[in-house]
Order: sequence, then structure tokens, then C-alpha cells
Amino acid sequence: MPGTVQSIERAAAILRMLAGGTGRLGLGEIARSLDLAKGTTHGILRTLQVVGFVEQDKASGHYQLGAALLHLGTSYLDINELRSRSINWADPLAARSGEAVRIGTVLEGQVLVVHHVFRPDDTFQTLDIGTLLPLHATALGKVLLAYRSAGAPGELEQFTRRTVVAPRELALALDEVRAAGWAAEIEELTLGQAAIAAPIRGYGGLVVGAIGISGLVERICDTRYRPHPRLVGYVRDAARAVSRDLGAARH
Amino acid sequence: MTERYVIAIDQGTTSTRCIVFDRRGQLVSLAQQEHKQYFPRPGWVEHDAAEIWRNVERLAPLALSRAGISTDQVAAVGIANQRETTVLWDRRTGVPIGRAVVWQDTRTDTLVNTLLGEPGADEVQHRSGLPLATYFSGPRLNWILNHTPGLRERAERGDVLFGTMETWLIWNLTGGLHVTDVTNASRTMLLDVRTRQWSEQACEFFGVPRAMLPEVRPSVGVFGTATAAFPGVRIGAALGDQQAALFGQTCFTPGEAKCTYGTGSFLLLNTGTELVRSTHGLLSTVAYQLAGEPAQYALEGSIAITGSLVQWFRDQLELIATAPEIETLARTVDDNGGCYIVPAFSGLYAPHWRSEARGVIVGLTSYITKGHLARAVLEATAWQTREVVDAMNADSGLAMTTLKVDGGMTADNLLMQFIADVLDVPVVRPLASETVSLGAAYAAGLAVGHWPDLEDLRRNWHRAAQWMPAMDPAVRDREYDNWRRAVERTFDWIKPA
Repeated sequence: MPGTVQSIERAAAILRMLAGGTGRLGLGEIARSLDLAKGTTHGILRTLQVVGFVEQDKASGHYQLGAALLHLGTSYLDINELRSRSINWADPLAARSGEAVRIGTVLEGQVLVVHHVFRPDDTFQTLDIGTLLPLHATALGKVLLAYRSAGAPGELEQFTRRTVVAPRELALALDEVRAAGWAAEIEELTLGQAAIAAPIRGYGGLVVGAIGISGLVERICDTRYRPHPRLVGYVRDAARAVSRDLGAARH
Repeated sequence: MTERYVIAIDQGTTSTRCIVFDRRGQLVSLAQQEHKQYFPRPGWVEHDAAEIWRNVERLAPLALSRAGISTDQVAAVGIANQRETTVLWDRRTGVPIGRAVVWQDTRTDTLVNTLLGEPGADEVQHRSGLPLATYFSGPRLNWILNHTPGLRERAERGDVLFGTMETWLIWNLTGGLHVTDVTNASRTMLLDVRTRQWSEQACEFFGVPRAMLPEVRPSVGVFGTATAAFPGVRIGAALGDQQAALFGQTCFTPGEAKCTYGTGSFLLLNTGTELVRSTHGLLSTVAYQLAGEPAQYALEGSIAITGSLVQWFRDQLELIATAPEIETLARTVDDNGGCYIVPAFSGLYAPHWRSEARGVIVGLTSYITKGHLARAVLEATAWQTREVVDAMNADSGLAMTTLKVDGGMTADNLLMQFIADVLDVPVVRPLASETVSLGAAYAAGLAVGHWPDLEDLRRNWHRAAQWMPAMDPAVRDREYDNWRRAVERTFDWIKPA
């Protein structure tokens, strides 16, 4: 069979075995059944494990099909579903923080705003559901980039003096986001504006969106230009609450 | 001083919820329990009132513990309940007699037709402010009394009590207080909506012994002190769920209106201390009454099928997997493609009140895709709102300038924009989505002085979203005309037997 990739054929055979058998199989058993070297089999299993198609039982060391494979067809989260599920958590976030709330997902290399709650001061504001924001210059976008919801952005446009435009600098910033579990944006898109965002996770921890607040930099940040820990806490609590609802709902 | 809270019991059609609110009207904790729906025959819907009370008893400590508070931190408890559902119980044992007959139950349809032909029918409808329909408790009570041997005699002796759900809950909370609030009473057809007293004429018409009726009280004012579920806590308010939502949206001024978009949708317009009698198919109902003050009235437009049309699209046609996906599907096309769906599944409610109408899909051509159908589903909710708003404007002589919305369907952005477009007024969603519970909490807190006045409650209201009208008037007129022609095609479908 010219033009086929042998390791993918072998991976498919392993998945078929795991799907058809009693559920959990040991490495030796799989290798023997498929007449493969143990080392080769182990390599394929490790790869399948990384992508979530296979899980290894910690106690026995046996392998089984992974949750990601089971949800392969349904793991795409509808954006209107995301809004509907998060609306009850976005409202209290706006009430507690006193700031506007937005929820974003990725659309063609940009942040798509799927939900927007006004800053609760009854001033005139316009709904911007459906607008697109740059990934690299927003807190929402940096969260989505950090957790690989989005591919690497192309050209990094400079919006303000503080916009991160060097790829290496952006990579470092994303490392920090992953380490902290949240992202900040301080006058990187608009002068005088700051934002905080945290990841919304679906089943299996897959990041499906980001939720955040934004407002005047003097309200979001302290005198040292750092986001108020209290506000960061509110955002992360809301993100966790939405994630809990999303994860629990499909199981 | 430790923070004090107010609790709402939201006794709804499918579930009961206890919600704890803080001083700013923010939700602190929530405990919820569904109850069993009984469908013993086609068109019959029943609940077990004893099960519902047990749920309240179970949810009360749960809501408190989730909030991390004790009953001495609770200033008051308020009740919002499913309306028109009819409960009967034994005065001595407190045991329900049969199952509660739910507002959706249509077992009284032939009875209602018979009653319509009887002398006094016009007066009953005039005094109650309601059209004679299966929706209300009066005909239901008549049916139960007629179909349970010996029941009317026991009721005449005062051994059997009637109540709507809030009456049943207060009876159990207080260990035997038999009272109703004026908003719930105004949905029985037994109340003279102008005097707010039980109407002798209506009681006679429906064959309801006066002895079984509860005492009518203002909605906002201390009913009594709970001895069960929340022992020691004062019951500060009770309201029908839609009236509670009006209160939660702080629609305290004549001309203010809200629409709650759920399974069905209910648009209520505050008409102030004046009872406005509809000549356009709306209900005249009590909005709320503060103890010692005149009652505030409302016009109500009830739409039977809105969210349930989306559920039908999901469960019966299986074109979407979840309700929110209707918006995704609807956005695959730019317009309805000339297709309209009128969901007269069990007739049409306001403003038509046509029980013989049945649903139609019109304008089908080979061009129509499931995307167009999804649009038509969402548009049906908007056009039904438009019909009710037109009736309201005609009855009240006021032009609605903005519509406050709440309920699950407000998450549908396309629908909310379309409603603003077809009404040609801004549509506003408040920061608190749980307006029914919030209204009950506000009313109860107001009764005990937790909040000083209505103005203080109004300051808690904040705009979370606003949709501005953006439709070309010519398009609006053309589409509305098409909708009205579609509605006409639903009429006279069910032939008289």
C-alpha cells in the first residue's frame, strides 16, 4: 500500500483493539497481538496518550481508550451554547467587579466576542457581541493563545507603545500566563484601558474560551500598574464556575 | 453587625428553588429540586402538593448551609409561585385531596364551553378581568368538586380547603394559616378584581363554597412567622411568579413593562392604581399590593409557546442538539426565506384566545433550509411579543418606550435583536437574571424594612445588555403583514365536535 504511513496504521490497529476488547489491555498483550516490538508499541501508545486518545491506568499500567476520543465528534462547543452556559456566572462577575465582562473564543486568528455584560453603572454602552479583537494584544486573546486554543498569530500589529510585538517576547508572556493561570492586558490595545482574563475549560480540561473584565487602567490596576488581586480572584472564580458547568454537563 | 439576607422560595412548574439574596440583591446561594409531573390522561397535568412541600423542607437548610448562614440572619422569606394551579386539602389532617391540578391542564375544556353559555358568564368575566378559559383555577375547582363524590358537602362544612401554591406553602410553613395573596387570588376567576374580595356571584357561578376559600391579603406585608422550614423567620411576601418578575424588574411606575421569556412568555405592563379593562385580548390582573396601600394593577399578555417551540425543534424535529444551537443554525441564513411558523400547538393565547387554532408552517418552497426554519422559530417569539405589545398600547393608550426582558431565552442574541427590531423600541436585560426569585425577595425584604422603599430597590437594578432597533421600517411592516396572514391560517382548524 504505497503512500500510507505505517505508524498511523499501527495506531489505528491499537485503537481498534482497545475499542473491541474488554477495555483495558497491558503493553505486552497489545504488542503480542499485533506482532509488534514492545518498544514500537510503547512509542505509539505514548503518542496516543499525549493527544488524549488513550489513557493509562495508574495502578495497573494498562491502557484504555481516552475521553478525548469518545468526545471527538461532540467536543466542538457551540458559541451560543457557551454564552447560554456562562450567562449566570458572567452577571455576578460584572456585579462584583463593577466592570464590563466579555467572553471570547477564537475565530480565524482573532478573538470573537461571544458574550458581553455591560459595566453595571447604567451609562450608555453598546453590545459588542460578534466583534473581533486581536489575539496578541488582549487578555482574552493571550489566554486563548497560551492554552493553544488558537494557532500562532501571524503579524503582530502594534496598537500602543505597550503592545507585545516581538514573537519571543510574546512567547515569554504566554509562558507567564500558563504559569499564573490568568492573563492581563495593560494599555496594550487601547491607552487607558486594562483587562484581566482566565481560561474557560470544557471536558478534559480543553480550553474552549476565555472570560474577563476590562475597564479603566486606574480601576483595574493598583498604583504599581498591577491588576488588583481581588479582581483577578473574581475573574478566576467565574472562569472556574463556568468550567465546572461545562465539564459536568456532558458527563 | 452581621449581614442579613432575604430568602426567596420560587415554587415553579417543574421545580422548586430556594435562593438566598444579599442586601444588594445579589444571589448568594441556590438550592433546587425538581418534582414529578403526572400526566394521567392526554391534556391532564398534575403535581403532588405533599412532594412539593417536602422539597421546600429539604431545600431550606440546604440553601442556608450553602450560603453559610443561619435562620437568625434571615430577615424574611418571600414566595413566588406557579399561578392558577389548584390544591385542595383536609383542614384537620393537612393531607392533600387528590393531586394538584396544574395551570397547563386542559381537562376543563368542555366544561368551559358549557359555562360560557350559562347566564352570568359575562359578569364573571367582567368582574374577574379574565376570559373564561381552562387556564384559570375557577373552572378547575368546579371540575374537582363535581368529580369527587361528597367533596362539595365537606367543603361546605369547612373541612376541605382550597388554595393556589402559595396558600398551600404558607399553610405548611405556619402550621395552619389559610391565606392567599391578592395577585394569586386574581388568577382564580373567583376574585372581583376591582374590590379585591371574593365575588359571591363568581362563587355561585362556579359552585364553590365560600368556606373553602382563603383570606385575601396584600402581596407585600407580613403573613405570619414560619414554624417549619425556616422556623422563626417572617413570611414577608407572596406573589404569582410573573408578578414577582415584574417586581424583580422594579417596574413600579405605570407604563413600565417586562417580558419573561421561558417555555411560554408573559408580558406584564404596570397600569398603576387603575384597573385597565382590555378590549384587545389581554388579562387585567393585580400586579402587587403593599400592605396599607392601594393595589397596583397590570395588563398581562400570556403567550403559550415560545421557548417550548425551540424545545420542539430540538426534541421532535431533532434539527439541533441543544436549545442555544438554534441561534447558530438561524445564523446560517440571512432571513426567513419567506417562511413563517405559528406555534398554535394548543390554540393561541393573547391576544387571540383561539382554542380551535392549530400550528402552521407557511411559505414553504424548495428554497427553504433548516436554517430558515430555525429563523422562523425565533421570529415566532418576536412576532407574538409584537402582537401583545400592540394590544397593550391600544388598551393603555400609552406607547411602550422600552421593554425589560428576562428568562432563559435572553441568552439568544439574535432573538433579542429581532425583538428590538420588530417592536422598534430598545430591549434591555438587567444584571440579575433570576427576576422571579429576586422579586419575591425584594417584596419580602420591603415588608420587614430590610429595604426602606421602592426607590432603594430600583437603585439595585442595573442594565446588563441593551439591543437597539435597527430594522428598515418598510421591511418591518412587510414582515408583520406576512406574520398576521400566517396567524389567520391557524384559525378554525379544530372543528367543533
